[in-house]
Amino acid sequence: MKSKRNNYAEVIFDAISENEAFARIIVAGFVMPLDPTIDEINELKTIVSEAVTNSIIHAYENKGGKIKLIIESYINEITITVIDYGKGIEDLNRAKELFYTTKPEEERSGMGLTIMEIFADEFYISSKIGEGTIIKVKKYLHYANELYA
Amino acid sequence: MSLSVHLFIKADTLFVRLTGELDHHTSMHLRDRINSLMDKFEIKNIIFNFRNLSFMDSSGIGVILGRYHQVKQKKGILVVCELNSMIEKIIQLSGLYKILVITKDEEQASNYLGVA
Ligand SMILES: Nc1ncnc2c1ncn2[C@@H]1O[C@H](COP(=O)(O)OP(=O)(O)OP(=O)(O)O)[C@@H](O)[C@H]1O
Ligand SMILES: [Mg+2]
Repeated sequence: MKSKRNNYAEVIFDAISENEAFARIIVAGFVMPLDPTIDEINELKTIVSEAVTNSIIHAYENKGGKIKLIIESYINEITITVIDYGKGIEDLNRAKELFYTTKPEEERSGMGLTIMEIFADEFYISSKIGEGTIIKVKKYLHYANELYA
Repeated sequence: MSLSVHLFIKADTLFVRLTGELDHHTSMHLRDRINSLMDKFEIKNIIFNFRNLSFMDSSGIGVILGRYHQVKQKKGILVVCELNSMIEKIIQLSGLYKILVITKDEEQASNYLGVA
């Protein structure tokens, strides 16, 4: 039986595109001791990459700002929170629609939020105009059954 | 890990071999490299080889879609090959498989375009 300790990490970094890879590495490193599958790591990396990219290009419109990333593990449950203090989202329901984008001219295709929702087990988003956006996702790693067996 | 881009032209087809991670940061560099070749040479078709691509998110879809629109104007074809399961999932979701040609490997892609 595995005995995994609960864990918490909080990182604040600049909203610049170099930090997209940095955020993915932080998440991958954090979950590594929990023996995730390759698919689980890739899904978590994709989720964080989408959220951080959105903060950089939409929330701060490539002008920079701060992004806060919080990762928590509780037994086999991973929670990732990405917070920005940017411009916020006007219409959350529209934003979540597949292929809805406000930046088609920058070759965005309106998939990020849908990808996050699909790859996560639980997905929450809250936003306030002029104050920023919080994305929170939960993912349950595969070995839940093993733990309680 | 970053993205390394290997480009070469054969007949009227641009081959794009990618190694590493394709995200918003690296996609800007990739787009610039491809566009500067498209400006200089008569390129009709593009083959993307994802064999050594370990990560791709929606920014990758954006670059592929953008290049698709460019080759479509020249009545060309965009082919992607060597998709891993993760990249395949994202391409499925994007609906791109309806407008691009997907092949197993570069050889199949070249045969398809008649540039083998
Ligand atoms: N953190 C954010 N701050 C402000 N607006 C946001 C934020 N995240 C998303 N949005 C808005 O929601 C829309 C949809 O986001 P989504 O990630 O689904 O698509 P996209 O970023 O436009 O394209 P893609 O993710 O495919 O590159 C964006 O176009 C943008 O208007
Ligand atoms: Mg996005």
